[in-house]
Amino acid sequence: MSRIREAFANGKAFIPFVTCGDPDLETTAAVVRACAENGADLIELGIPFSDPTAEGPVIQGANLRALTGGVTTDKIFDLVRDLRRDVTVPMVFMTYANVVYSYGAERFISTCRQIGIDGLILPDLPYEEKDEFLPLCRQYGVDLISLIAPTSRNRIAMIAKEAEGFIYVVSSLGVTGTRSEIKTDLASIVEVIRGSTDVPCAIGFGISTPEQARKMASVADGAIVGSAIIKILEKHGADAAPYVGEYVKSMKDAVRG
Amino acid sequence: MTNPNGRFGIHGGQYIPETLMNAVIELEAAYNHYKDDPEFNRELTQLFNEYAGRPSRLYYAEKMTKDLGGAKIYLKREDLNHTGAHKINNVLGQALLAKKMGKTRLIAETGAGQHGVATATAAALMGMECVVFMGEEDTKRQALNVYRMRLLGAEVIPVKTGTATLKDAVSEAMREWTSRIDDTHYCLGSVMGPHPFPTIVRDFQAVISKEIRQQLKEKEGRLPDAVIACVGGGSNAIGSFYHFIGDESVRLIGCEAAGRGIDTFETAATINTGRLGIFHGMKSYFCQDEYGQIAPVYSISAGLDYPGIGPEHAHLHDIGRAEYVPVTDDEAVCAFEYLAKTEGIIPAIESAHAVAHAMKIAPEMGRDQIIVITISGRGDKDCAAIARYRGEDIHE
Repeated sequence: MSRIREAFANGKAFIPFVTCGDPDLETTAAVVRACAENGADLIELGIPFSDPTAEGPVIQGANLRALTGGVTTDKIFDLVRDLRRDVTVPMVFMTYANVVYSYGAERFISTCRQIGIDGLILPDLPYEEKDEFLPLCRQYGVDLISLIAPTSRNRIAMIAKEAEGFIYVVSSLGVTGTRSEIKTDLASIVEVIRGSTDVPCAIGFGISTPEQARKMASVADGAIVGSAIIKILEKHGADAAPYVGEYVKSMKDAVRG
Repeated sequence: MTNPNGRFGIHGGQYIPETLMNAVIELEAAYNHYKDDPEFNRELTQLFNEYAGRPSRLYYAEKMTKDLGGAKIYLKREDLNHTGAHKINNVLGQALLAKKMGKTRLIAETGAGQHGVATATAAALMGMECVVFMGEEDTKRQALNVYRMRLLGAEVIPVKTGTATLKDAVSEAMREWTSRIDDTHYCLGSVMGPHPFPTIVRDFQAVISKEIRQQLKEKEGRLPDAVIACVGGGSNAIGSFYHFIGDESVRLIGCEAAGRGIDTFETAATINTGRLGIFHGMKSYFCQDEYGQIAPVYSISAGLDYPGIGPEHAHLHDIGRAEYVPVTDDEAVCAFEYLAKTEGIIPAIESAHAVAHAMKIAPEMGRDQIIVITISGRGDKDCAAIARYRGEDIHE
């Protein structure tokens, strides 16, 4: 059992996302520590990509700011090494297949293991292509996280049966970004997942308010929030950490149930 | 050439968000059903012949042949198709397929605007809604095509992200597709993206080489010695190559946009400067930095200004079956002017890349040898930009 399971041991999980290097790595370090101190159960660290096709405008903006600021995969590995001196919360990378592939899959995944990264979320690596990285992820004990979408229908059980760590349930059609309303029948999707695996599932895409988070967490095992946190970073820049901390605390309180 | 997982050698695949997986699976099933359906093929052939004006001419460029003093040169005149480029072949096929699938809305990316115009045209003809994503930079370079698309009833959305060119238009079209799948078909314009697109687009464009083969047999009673086409994503090139892949005697030459040169950063020559990667749904060669960030590419040609290449081309390169050569902006502009003055044909600046390479190799070949150059599109859209390149400021 990987460390990711621990994230779901404190009631419903709250999972914040932050793009590394937005606006700089010092801020990211402070924000991640603020998340951990305020009850985040698992933290998603985004490695920026030049062309993030699954992201809406807010996270696209964060990717662009980070890359313009000169962030690289190696610098992010150093950030994690530094964070792991005191942060014990499970952490996963969220990035795109080419960032891993281009670095050298084995070099990337073995480094994840070495620096204390517990899992990998790659939105452009569906079930059909997971063998690209899965054998190496297994070899180095890094969970390759599966995603399930509102359009997955007949694919849900197939994906869930082989899932590791946790399952990322995409709440809505489209790209990441806050939404006023989430209409997908998530309860039925989660029901199929629960019939196929005991791997926990968390819902992401479109969640921003404590009310939405509470609702999502009541259906699944946790809620994931990205764009709403990036908006706090957009507003407060290098001073964002306490504001993100406060937000994470309110969200964790909401999902705890 | 495709295996069941949509691979060409190691290239291709389906590297896309889970949200789109059922959409591409349904597309593949529909395509496999209709591709051998006599009624579908009858309708498509009728559209090709009666609407698009096929078969396109294979024209003997006698003056050019004599001037260069080597191989006999034929031009495959895709520029004479309705809408002025080869793009219509693929679009009519995909639009008909989408209609059979019950889709009512087409979305597309476009670089030079030719694919966008073709998609808007097919949508108008078939009574479908149409939205075209185009890099903001390209909407400026190709203002006339933006107007044509709007005239045809399409909505044109300028894409401001990234480099605001073709790759960003593809990304934005993919994002749009994930948000609206039920009634929408993504009419991808080149032999790229996730399986089954590289196969579907190739099959609809393969009419080019099918006709070349037959037309040259009638005119010369033999196969060509070389087939030359420009390559961005590579749809007119794969269409021109496809029915010759099994004929080892036929050299297949793809001309990449080298921009200001392959030793500069201002280039879009993927095979010559890129390396293996995963992007826009496929494994192939891409221009990228050491961390896998996709590189901003440059070419005078908006249609070749793309950092990747279709997976079947990547495979033909790997196995040595096709050659991929760089052609600079300057060489392409010279060829653009040369073909206009020599044959009275103004080629698209994309196609001029192929003409430029033919001008290099034809004089070295024997007079008994034959080159076919695919003129993928007409050059009216490029006149203002070429005039600016030559320091003449004309307004459209």
